[in-house]
Amino acid sequence: MMQPQASSWQLPPAMADTAAPMDGAFHFIFWFSVVFAVLVIAVTLLFIQKYRRQKSDQRSGKAEKGAPTPSRNKLEILWTVVPTLFIIVLFHVGFSAYIHNVTAAEGATEIRVFAKKWSWEFEYGGGARSPDLHLEVNKPYKLILSSEDVIHSFFIPEFRVKRDAVPGQYSFVAFTPTAVGEAHVFCAEYCGTNHSAMLAKVFVEEPAKHEEFLASFGRKPKLCGTPPVECTEEKWGESLFTEKACFTCHGTGGDGKLGGSPSPGPKLAGIFGHDQPLQDGSTVHVDENYVRESILKPNAKIVAGYANVQMPPFAGSFTDDQLEAVIAYIKSLK
Amino acid sequence: MAAITTAPGYHEEVDPNASYLENKKGLLSWLFTLDHKRIGVMYLLSVIIAFTLGGLFALLMRAELLTRGRTLMDADTYNKMFSLHGVIMVFLFLIPAIPASLGNILLPIQLGAKDVAFPRLNLLSYYIYVFGACFGIYSMIHGGVDTGWTFYTPYSTSDPAHGGVGSSSAVIPMTLAVLVLGFSSVLTGVNFIATIHKMRAPGLSWRRLSLFAWSLYATAIIQILATPVLAITFLLLTLERFLGIGIFDPRLGGDPVLYQHFFWFYSHPAVYIMIVPGMGIVSDLIATFSRREPFGYMAIAMSSIALALLGFLVWGHHLFVAGMSEYATMVFSALTFLVAIPSGVKVFNWIATLYKGSISLQSPMLWALSFIFLFTIGGLTGLFLGMLAVDVHLHDTYFVVAHFHYVMVGGTVMGFFGGLHYWWPKFTGRLYDEKWAVAGWFFVFVGFNVTFLVQFLLGSRGMPRRYYDYLPQYESLHQISTVGSWILGLGFLILAAMFVRSLFSGKPAPRNPWGSAAYEWLTPSPPPTFNFAKDPVFERGPYDYQVATDEELYDGFDDPLFPEKGVAEGEARA
Repeated sequence: MMQPQASSWQLPPAMADTAAPMDGAFHFIFWFSVVFAVLVIAVTLLFIQKYRRQKSDQRSGKAEKGAPTPSRNKLEILWTVVPTLFIIVLFHVGFSAYIHNVTAAEGATEIRVFAKKWSWEFEYGGGARSPDLHLEVNKPYKLILSSEDVIHSFFIPEFRVKRDAVPGQYSFVAFTPTAVGEAHVFCAEYCGTNHSAMLAKVFVEEPAKHEEFLASFGRKPKLCGTPPVECTEEKWGESLFTEKACFTCHGTGGDGKLGGSPSPGPKLAGIFGHDQPLQDGSTVHVDENYVRESILKPNAKIVAGYANVQMPPFAGSFTDDQLEAVIAYIKSLK
Repeated sequence: MAAITTAPGYHEEVDPNASYLENKKGLLSWLFTLDHKRIGVMYLLSVIIAFTLGGLFALLMRAELLTRGRTLMDADTYNKMFSLHGVIMVFLFLIPAIPASLGNILLPIQLGAKDVAFPRLNLLSYYIYVFGACFGIYSMIHGGVDTGWTFYTPYSTSDPAHGGVGSSSAVIPMTLAVLVLGFSSVLTGVNFIATIHKMRAPGLSWRRLSLFAWSLYATAIIQILATPVLAITFLLLTLERFLGIGIFDPRLGGDPVLYQHFFWFYSHPAVYIMIVPGMGIVSDLIATFSRREPFGYMAIAMSSIALALLGFLVWGHHLFVAGMSEYATMVFSALTFLVAIPSGVKVFNWIATLYKGSISLQSPMLWALSFIFLFTIGGLTGLFLGMLAVDVHLHDTYFVVAHFHYVMVGGTVMGFFGGLHYWWPKFTGRLYDEKWAVAGWFFVFVGFNVTFLVQFLLGSRGMPRRYYDYLPQYESLHQISTVGSWILGLGFLILAAMFVRSLFSGKPAPRNPWGSAAYEWLTPSPPPTFNFAKDPVFERGPYDYQVATDEELYDGFDDPLFPEKGVAEGEARA
């Protein structure tokens, strides 16, 4: 089995079949550019050295001049035509690698990818969504991307793939992971406050391990949290709170703080069992039903002062068991 | 040649021999001036203020990225910071920087004209710029615009207060400010085209036009043709926001990618509005400091026009991963590569001009040579991004950030500062301290490369742009880049001090300190209000070093008593 390898000092390790064509094209243009730039700079420096003005005007009593400039049309044609030939080659190299990478293999496994501010969700079929992307090594995949709010962009540097997730449209990414290991999904299109925290982990796994993941996925694990402890309902809720990136808007532990300033979403710790003032002037008693509604349909009741923040709906993101766990966790927050 | 050289009526009481700085005194004589040189100087001051502001935001941004997590500010502040940096640098500095300031001051002199074709329009375009700039900065800071300078929909238009999903910031006032600025840009373009067509002095045929004037002509074409598209785009944004007409917002049935097409249909040509005048300056600098007619004069002039026209055909390369068909990406990739040809032609001709020249490495030339080096790197890394498969990996990473800074800073800013050094003695009438100029250039050159060279590596290793925070593997490269930004800042600080000192205690500049054959060096420094004491008739080109007389080229620089004699003889010839 191939381990991920750093293919060069300039690029991240290559972990999918889409990496090799891009790396080939990258190194081709890189060395082309190095040779060209060195030539341009060297010739310039050489001329500066060789044709440096020898005498000051003051000493000559008149201005020192360069040689008359001849008209050399053949030279102009030469340095128009030769670069034209170069760029035809460059276009061809870039385009053929591109076409290879946008074509999905026959019978690729489909994964639905949902992008929203500021998390990724992956659905493998069966309803539950994972915050991480689990893939089986050497198996062709086709990812179907969509966005629930603004434009995001799905980017895995180790796979050399990138594609925008545009609201109201579907887009696709196809690849076959070729090396076991971990990587990251980045969001590459600016999407607001926590754009840089919109990360997901990619796990490329051996077939047996991947089977195990799919079998246990969406169920309460035996151990959870860091460091792993026995997974109670509340503990599971806590790890889901992290997994689903709830903390990016509500703060770690729902404390309503992010990097020292108020987080974009309201504080969750200590609200359970109390009254919460709403934007329309009324109040709501925070119970299981309110928390559940606020996760699935966040805009049904908006907390006072948060009219300008739109939480994306999480309907479909949680199984019923998972929802119970998250509610239990929020209930436990003091 | 049907050149208009009569004085516009408003200048009646002007002394034809007094310098434009002395002819009238007082603040009002500046604020209501119709003199292109004074308007140019006011523009210059304004764009330098914009550059300083934009630079401060950049330094703050880089300082935040010094360490992972929070260093100075929270994520929202950082996002506003890079938006301010981008908007100010692009719309308030890069676009007007060279044409409206140095172009305004120099173009009529290089044409042997008394002023631009429409002096009142010129003043109007300055005030439109000032109004747009103040309105824009106010709405950005007060309204907290956090969208970046690209204002992509639906993030920019979909206000949460109206059930949207995007930014609640004042994007609409900001884009309206940009629309206002666009009018200023278009008016300058119209003015320059009319001036170049109608105001050339007798003897100044198109083949004798300076390469800087050619570049301003090419730029004016883009300004006039591209800017209205931006205006239409921003009007559509406004209509969508206030009338709920679905154009870009998918919730209203619009297409967000359509916005990107419209935006880049202006903003890619706008890249050439920024870089082509810089190329014009470099062409003039290399001729002057090699004392040689530019090699392939017509090729350099026509490549400016070619860039202006090709610039309209390549906007799609900003959308390779946004959702275009494979056929469209193929066509845009191929067209994008075509831009490399006129760019290459310029570089080759500049280098060929150095061959057998009489090269002097005075401070303006250092900036011109830096332009060649840095623009070569900027251009070559553009080829990476034109190659489809490579662009997919590098798109929206720091590689792109590094690439366009090598073009915009390595190109436009180098050209701007080269021109500023070169023409400073002409329009201020003062010399500056060459030692400090070289020191400032050195820190800028080194600092720039330290800041941005590592960003290529950050990008190719996968670091996305517009990130407040980053993974541990990117930390050391970010730190090198931030240290580079301090060196860069120091360089500009030295230059600022040097220029201010020159204004107050610089030695008086002679007529022709560089020994150039260009027309602007035939008239005194600073020039009289009508640019030349007598209406000039040009019997040689601005690069005709073989024909130019010794008196024209050498006015006994270092001897402050000499310039008067040089002028008299230059004028006598004319």
